[in-house]
Amino acid sequence: MPAIAQRPDLALAAAEVDEAAARRTLRAQVARLEAQLARLAAQASPRDGIDWATGRRGGPRLLGVGELERLRDDLAERVHEVRGVLAARAEREAHQRDLLERMLRDPARHRFARVAQADIGEPGCGVWQVRPRLGLIGMLMGWWQVKVSSGCPLAEGR
Amino acid sequence: MSEPVREGRVDQRLREELAGIGIASLLLPAPRTGRSPRGVREHLDALAIRFRGAEAQVLRQRPVPHAYRVFFRHVGLDPDVTRVPIEAAAVERLVHGGLRSRGLLADALTIALLETGVPLWALDADTLDGPLALRLAGDGEALGRRRDAAALPGGRIVVADDGGPLAPLFGDPAPGHAVTRRTRRLCVFAVRVGGVPEMHVQEALWACAETLGAG
Repeated sequence: MPAIAQRPDLALAAAEVDEAAARRTLRAQVARLEAQLARLAAQASPRDGIDWATGRRGGPRLLGVGELERLRDDLAERVHEVRGVLAARAEREAHQRDLLERMLRDPARHRFARVAQADIGEPGCGVWQVRPRLGLIGMLMGWWQVKVSSGCPLAEGR
Repeated sequence: MSEPVREGRVDQRLREELAGIGIASLLLPAPRTGRSPRGVREHLDALAIRFRGAEAQVLRQRPVPHAYRVFFRHVGLDPDVTRVPIEAAAVERLVHGGLRSRGLLADALTIALLETGVPLWALDADTLDGPLALRLAGDGEALGRRRDAAALPGGRIVVADDGGPLAPLFGDPAPGHAVTRRTRRLCVFAVRVGGVPEMHVQEALWACAETLGAG
């Protein structure tokens, strides 16, 4: 070390080597985070309303250590946020699935309760709803059932 | 059929910083017709059937598109703002419900992209001065050789020849170097990034040549 301290050119070269190694490490971290985001993107749905962009602008260039660090931090934050959104959705869907099971077991205790296919993460527009059998008579007699609506509404002309 | 694939030069700093970066090009005769023949349009239709929503959603997990996404990040581009070419093509397919034919050259580039994941661009070969290279632009260097050419910010990564920058990396060619009706020879090129096998790049270039040969 004392030899490097007396030779500014060596100290500069050592610093450059350190920076190049730091940039390589940061690029590897960015690649790992991008892979994690790609996996999460496959689980996400447009309904989650996730904004994937990190908001970076500017043309293609070599990034310095500072820019790579900010990029790495932004991506890590984005991974954290997306995981949070997906976990919250999974929890909501589990709650709705639980409600649907209870509706099916005991419709009378869940009068007019409604669960859409989208609420439990299923594709399609179908809806399960607890409704009285034979309308008003069923309401008075306590005859409740779960009805499944059929699919998506037909497209209408503009 | 045409000359072999040429490997372009890559600036030493770029090679040191961005492992695996490269540029490969192929000289081809310009197509005599602008409109794609029926076989090419059918090929586009067949590719459109393969690229449905489910495929688009997992596209970024596929090795080649993923490699380009990572590379975009490494050079300061946000792939969710400036889409990587194959994702842009997939979005276009979903929005329009198919892949629209936009002329033989554009269709050949799209087919090569969707078959391999490797994006290609075309330049008018007769406007070039020497082999293609990837390098950093100097301060105030112009993009293209026209008098009114826009100046580039220093440090931008560009595709260049001996005469100067021709296109920003992953960007459209500067006016004066783009392919026009008067173009006789094409220089079709691909930018290779780390994680993309050489074979994919070669295959993309040959797929493009084959489609153009069908015209």
